[in-house]
Amino acid sequence: MSTRERLSGNEAIATAMRQIDPDVFAMFPITPSTEIPQYFAQYVADGKVDTEFICVESEHSSLSACLGAEAAGCRAITATSSAGLSFMNEMLYVAASSRLPVVLAVACRALTGPININHDYSDSMAERDSGFIQLYGENNQEVYDNYLCAHRIAEHPSVRLPLMVCEDGFITSHAIENIEIEDDEAVKRFVGQYRPESYLLKKKHPLAVGPYGISSYYMEARVAQAEAMKAAKQVILEVAEDFEKTFGRRYGLFEAYRMEDAEYATVLMGSSAGTAKAAVDSLRKDGIKAGLIKLRVFRPFPGEELKEALKNCLAVAVLDKSEGFSGCGGPVFSETAGALINLDKKPKLIDIVYGLGGRDFTVKHALDVYERLMKIADTGETGPVYSHMGVRSDGV
Amino acid sequence: MAYNLKEEMNKPERFHAGHRLCAGCGAGVVCRAMMRAVDTKDKAVICNATGCLEVSSFQYPYTAWEDSYIHTAFENASATASGVEAAARVMKRRGRIDPDTKFKILAIGGDGGTYDIGFQSLSGALERGHDFTYFCYDNNAYMNTGTQRSSATPRFASATTTPSGAESVGKKQVQKDLTQIVVAHGSPYVAQTTLFGTMKDFHEKAHRAIYTKGPTFVNVLTPCPRGWGYPAEDLIDICKAAVETCIWPLYEVVDGEYRLTYEPKKKLPVEEFMRRQSRFAHCFKSGNEWTIEAAQEYVDRKWEELLSRCS
Ligand SMILES: Cc1ncc(C[n+]2csc(CCOP(=O)(O)OP(=O)(O)O)c2C)c(N)n1
Ligand code: SF4
Ligand SMILES: [Mg+2]
Repeated sequence: MSTRERLSGNEAIATAMRQIDPDVFAMFPITPSTEIPQYFAQYVADGKVDTEFICVESEHSSLSACLGAEAAGCRAITATSSAGLSFMNEMLYVAASSRLPVVLAVACRALTGPININHDYSDSMAERDSGFIQLYGENNQEVYDNYLCAHRIAEHPSVRLPLMVCEDGFITSHAIENIEIEDDEAVKRFVGQYRPESYLLKKKHPLAVGPYGISSYYMEARVAQAEAMKAAKQVILEVAEDFEKTFGRRYGLFEAYRMEDAEYATVLMGSSAGTAKAAVDSLRKDGIKAGLIKLRVFRPFPGEELKEALKNCLAVAVLDKSEGFSGCGGPVFSETAGALINLDKKPKLIDIVYGLGGRDFTVKHALDVYERLMKIADTGETGPVYSHMGVRSDGV
Repeated sequence: MAYNLKEEMNKPERFHAGHRLCAGCGAGVVCRAMMRAVDTKDKAVICNATGCLEVSSFQYPYTAWEDSYIHTAFENASATASGVEAAARVMKRRGRIDPDTKFKILAIGGDGGTYDIGFQSLSGALERGHDFTYFCYDNNAYMNTGTQRSSATPRFASATTTPSGAESVGKKQVQKDLTQIVVAHGSPYVAQTTLFGTMKDFHEKAHRAIYTKGPTFVNVLTPCPRGWGYPAEDLIDICKAAVETCIWPLYEVVDGEYRLTYEPKKKLPVEEFMRRQSRFAHCFKSGNEWTIEAAQEYVDRKWEELLSRCS
C-alpha cells in the first residue's frame, strides 16, 4: 500500500534511494543537493540500508568511485548540483562511454559567474552531450517516480547508460509537497536487482574496462553508444508502462498539456510547467487554443514525437532555463528547431531564455509569452527569434 | 618463506609480453614484479591511471593483464580503487562474491598521476582507509606526453618544459617527497624501492604492502630510457646508482616505524647517477659545477634526515 507523505524533493529522492538500498553511494556535498546524502547518511546510521556509503574528497572522485563500483558489479549512485556536476564533467563522459549505468540525482542549480545557488538548468544542460540519459520532473511526485524508473532504464541490457534524475534546485528540492510514497517491498520488486554479466570481481572471468582505443576501433564504440541512446527511448516507454500498471501514474517522453487542438504552444521543463499550465487554463477559458509541452526526457531527445505534437501549431515558444551562449538561442530551442526542421508546414518558432539563477517566473510571464505567439500568428512576423524574459530592464 | 628468484619466475605470468611499452621501460618490470607479489591463489583488480603504462598495456582489443583491470582517467586511480574496494566489501556482505576468494585491489599510476594530478584522489583514499595498495611507478616526468616536468622531476633535470639552455640549468625545484607525505597520512605500510638485483627488495615490500590491511603505498623509482637519456640495457645499473648515491634510499615505514632496508657500504657521489643520463648533461659543462655540488648537498641533507628517522 502506498502512503501519502509530506516530503521535499530531496527527501523524496533519498526515500527512493533507501527503498532501493543500492550497493554503493559515494557522496560530496553541494547546495541544494546536499540533503540527499545527509538523509541517506542517517539511514545508514539507523541501519535502514546496507549500502557502502563513502564520503569522498570531491565530485570528480564521487563519480570515479561510482565507476569503480559499477564496473566491479555494483549498483552505484551519487548526487550533486552546479559546480559539482561541472567538476564531474570528465568522468560523466567516461561513465557513458564505459557503459556504466550510474544513477546521478541532480538538484539543478545555476553555474557560477556570479556565484548563485538558485535554480536554472545551466549545470545539467552543459552536460547534455555527456552521454547520460536525462529525466526531468515537474514536482516532488514526478522526481520520486523518475527515480524509481531510473535504474531499470539505465541498467537495461540494450541501454547500459548512466542516467541523471534532475529536479529543480530549491523549488523542487526544498519545497515540501504531499506525495504518494510507494511501499518499500513494491519498490524493490519494481526496480529489481542489478546483475551484470561481466564485472571486475567475477572470479573465473576477469574483465578489462577502459582501453586505449585507436582510430580503427574508436568509432565503433561511439556508434554503439549512440545506438544505445536511441534504444533508451523505447525502454523509457516500456518502464513507464510497467510503472503505470504497478503504481498507477502515467508518464511518457513528455507531457502534452491541452495540445489536442493547440495553435499556440510552449515547450519547457520542470517546475515552470506548473506556472505555465495555469496560464494555459486561463487562456483556454477565453477560448484561446493554448497548449504546452513539458519535456520529461531530454536525453534521448524525443524529436520525432515532438514534431508530431507540434506540427499543427501556428506559433511555438521554447522556454530555455539556461543560456547556451550560442548567440542564437538556448539548448532546448536548438533541439526543438532541429526536430521541426523537415516539416513542410511548420509553426513559427521563437526562443525565450528566462529564470536564470532563480529569477522568478510567474503566470503573467507565461501569459505574455502566449500573447507574443498570438501576435506572431496574426501578423506572420516572427520578431526577435531569441530573447530574454524577466530582466530588470523589463521593469521586473 | 625466503625469497627465491627461480621460484618466483616459475609462477604463471600475470603481466604478459606484447604490450607496447618501449624496450627497456622500467614500468613493465614493475608490473610483472607487482603481479608476482600477489599470491597465485589470489585474484587482483588493477586500477590504472592514464599514462605510458595504460596506453601501452590495454590497447583494444588486447590486454597484457591477466587479472581484472580498469582505467577511467588520469587523476583518479585512487578514487576508482575506492569504489572497487567498497564494491568488494558490499558484494561479499551481500553474498555475491565467493567469500573464500581474496581480491587484492591494486592502484598503479605514474608520478604525474600520483604526485601531481592524482594527489588529491590519493590523499582522500588514504585518509578514508580503503584496503588497497597504491604503486607509483615514478619515472620522474610526464613521459606519455613527451617528458614534461612533474613535481617528481629532480632538480637540474632537463625536461621538455624545463629545458636547459643559456639561462637555464634544468628544473629549479627539488623532487616532492611524496613518500613522506604518504607516511604523514598514517598509512600502515609505506615503502620506497626500485628495480635491481634479484628484485628481492621490490618483491618483499610489494608483498608486505599487498598483504597489510588498509591503504598501503609503494613508491618505485622506475627509469625511462627515453626520457632520461641512457641506453635501455642500463636499467638495473641506473637503479643501483640511484640507491648507492642515496638519491633514492630504500626504506619502509611500518605503522610509523622507519626501517632502512639497505645501507650503501660507501655512499657514492651523485655524479655516479647523473653522469649516465643525458637529462643531466648540462650539469657537467664547465661553469655548471655548482649544480652537482648543490645536488650533492641536498641528497646529503635528506639522507641524514632519513637516518635520524630510522634510528
Ligand atoms: C585530465 C588530463 N590532463 C592531461 C592529460 C594528458 N596526459 C596523459 S598521460 C600524461 C602524463 C602521464 O605522466 P605520468 O603519470 O608520470 O605517467 P608516465 O606517462 O610518465 O608513465 C598526461 C599529461 C590527461 N590524459 N588527462
Ligand atoms: S617513454 Fe619511458 S616510461 Fe614511457 S613507455 Fe617509453 S620508456 Fe616507458
Ligand atoms: Mg611519469
